[in-house]
Amino acid sequence: MRRAIPLTLAFALAAGTAEASEIFVSNEKGNSITIVDGDTLTVKETVDVGNRPRGIALSPDGRFLYICASDDDTIQVMDTGTRKILHTLPSGPDPELLDLSPDGKLVYAANEDDNMVTVVDTGQRVMISEIPVGVEPEGMGVSHDGKTLVNTSETTNMAHFIDTDTYEITDNVLVDQRPRFAEFTSDDAEVWVSAEIGGSVSVIDNETRAITHKITFEIPGIAGEAIQPVGIRITKDRKYAFIALGPANRVAVVDAQTYEVQDYLLVGQRVWQLAFNPDETMIYSTNGVSNDISAIDVENLKVVKSVGVGRFPWGVAVKG
Amino acid sequence: MIPSAARRFLRPSGLVPALGLLALGLLAPSAEAQKAAKLDVPITWLDQERPNRLPPLSLVEPLLDDEGVQGARLAIKDNQTTGRFLGQDFRLVERVVPADGDLGATFDAALKAGERLFVTGVDADALMRLAPRAEAAGALLLDAFTQDDDLRTDRCSPAVFHTSLSRAMKADALAQYLVWKTWRRWFLIVGSHPEDALLAAAYRRAATKFGALIVEERTYEDTGGARRTETGHVQVQRQIPVFTQDAPAYDVIVAADEADVFGEYLPYNTWDPRPVTGSVGLVPSAWSRVHEQWGGTQIQRRFERLVGRPMTDRDYNAWTAVRAIGEAATRTGTNEPKKLHDYMVGDAFALGAFKGEALTFRKWNQQIRQPILLVTPRMLVSVSPQEGFLHQRTPLDTLGFDLPESRCSLNP
Repeated sequence: MRRAIPLTLAFALAAGTAEASEIFVSNEKGNSITIVDGDTLTVKETVDVGNRPRGIALSPDGRFLYICASDDDTIQVMDTGTRKILHTLPSGPDPELLDLSPDGKLVYAANEDDNMVTVVDTGQRVMISEIPVGVEPEGMGVSHDGKTLVNTSETTNMAHFIDTDTYEITDNVLVDQRPRFAEFTSDDAEVWVSAEIGGSVSVIDNETRAITHKITFEIPGIAGEAIQPVGIRITKDRKYAFIALGPANRVAVVDAQTYEVQDYLLVGQRVWQLAFNPDETMIYSTNGVSNDISAIDVENLKVVKSVGVGRFPWGVAVKG
Repeated sequence: MIPSAARRFLRPSGLVPALGLLALGLLAPSAEAQKAAKLDVPITWLDQERPNRLPPLSLVEPLLDDEGVQGARLAIKDNQTTGRFLGQDFRLVERVVPADGDLGATFDAALKAGERLFVTGVDADALMRLAPRAEAAGALLLDAFTQDDDLRTDRCSPAVFHTSLSRAMKADALAQYLVWKTWRRWFLIVGSHPEDALLAAAYRRAATKFGALIVEERTYEDTGGARRTETGHVQVQRQIPVFTQDAPAYDVIVAADEADVFGEYLPYNTWDPRPVTGSVGLVPSAWSRVHEQWGGTQIQRRFERLVGRPMTDRDYNAWTAVRAIGEAATRTGTNEPKKLHDYMVGDAFALGAFKGEALTFRKWNQQIRQPILLVTPRMLVSVSPQEGFLHQRTPLDTLGFDLPESRCSLNP
């Protein structure tokens, strides 16, 4: 049992946190949210939600989980305590990914079907703006200062920088084919944008809005076409960036200072999205085709456990 | 709003110096310069009506007279959405020649009007008659219709790109799946039309290439007649079992019925209980309504909202052609055919087109590479290339004629 040692280590690490974290996973085909205990890495509960749940995000206080129910054309709001769906938000058609303003008052959602980014007031539950963007908007990233929203459009192949005061696009940066995800570094100096079909991650300077680095990936024995970057998460100290590589079934570990790829961690099949636990000791990947999530020990860069969840796990968010 | 959006687009970047320089040329701080930077990219849909078409053998299928052009229309809209952030104005010029009209004269008129970027829906001979004139005029023809393999192996032109798939590509896509299933013994049934013979040749080649065996081959003669017959099934139910009787042991029927004369009669009527593939049953196809993966849902919905019917193979071919031009124009900041051509055959070109990987062009014959769907009328069954079929360049080059098998050597 070679896995026993890192497993124990993982539990010891997790046990060090104040209280058990909970991992929320949306199951795209299962029409459900699976809740996994962050300490024991076992499934606590599976809750039925709307049709084709994909992107999910927690409110800053962790009380609410916002769920893009894509095929219901709505965003559902779950009480993370009672696991009940409280109400829905008007999202526009086919919401896929969302992000929240740092104060949790606004939800920004990408509507893949009508080339719009929708801004929703979570308190009033009304749509307050629609911003026309490129074809098939998908990735949504809000800067930590809340001033800038980046949306990626999959067929236009751009990262659109949107001023959150005016809801106007200020910059458009052309990236590689089919950009899926945008993630700001904790200091908001950079935005990292993954291009699924292009097989690259573009690092964009948030000041000049120019691409400063392009990260590409090579894995022995894996065809280049199978390396399809999607989800990105960067540690607050900018030590590591973790990048989900889709059908390459690996998460790339990148030195977030030098942009060098350090390692490829084998996870489940078709890895989509990633989320840290609150103290960033663990990161979890959703593996769509193998119906599981992988738990990765950030300190040791080891995959410590796979946890079976629902059908086609897609989004993931961790409550502290 | 648009100018402000375009204002800071595409700053020069150390990584892509060429693009950066182009951007410098495109962009300037003043409003006047912005207007000057507006780039007009007209793309022409060129097609000729086809006379005396029969309705499909399955009367469930509509007789479409707008295949292709509708895909081009959608792609222009997609290009425009991107273009508005860049100061690029894409527009579609539609030139459809009547069945008895003069295609050459229409093409000349288009050239005279300054049009240089064409997406065509015409057949192989018509296309190759236009090719030398296109070459001379520095125009590009993106063929979104022909399936002829000789256009990919012998009759190549630097002015001609193909976004439609050749018969060999589709036959190989099906063959890989049948071999993966270990359904290696094929009963090939061929129609009596010239295009059926070409398709049958593609299946014979695919069988040899991937280690399948054609254990029996029969020809179904087209004796003409109407498609609608009162109680027609009574005869079909008697004729097809007899027609398929006494074949050596086989795993699967492969129907080469491009003319759509008999294929639909085969399923459930064959003497032996065997699956039917090829032109009916399990069909290799560039596009189908059943495909919703890799973002396919979005384009299916966009198309249906725009057109009011599902997107077909030919619509998709035209969409990829117009998008290929759009992608090249976006990345190079130009509408010059020569520069677009060079970009499209270059290593940097990649087109996202809902197939899970980038579409690119084969340099030697300017044929688009793409995964091929294997579909039934109501469900996606698989996508080729199949796992384990390897190639030194890309697994996509296991489909169709490869470089050493082609006499074409464009863009060496």
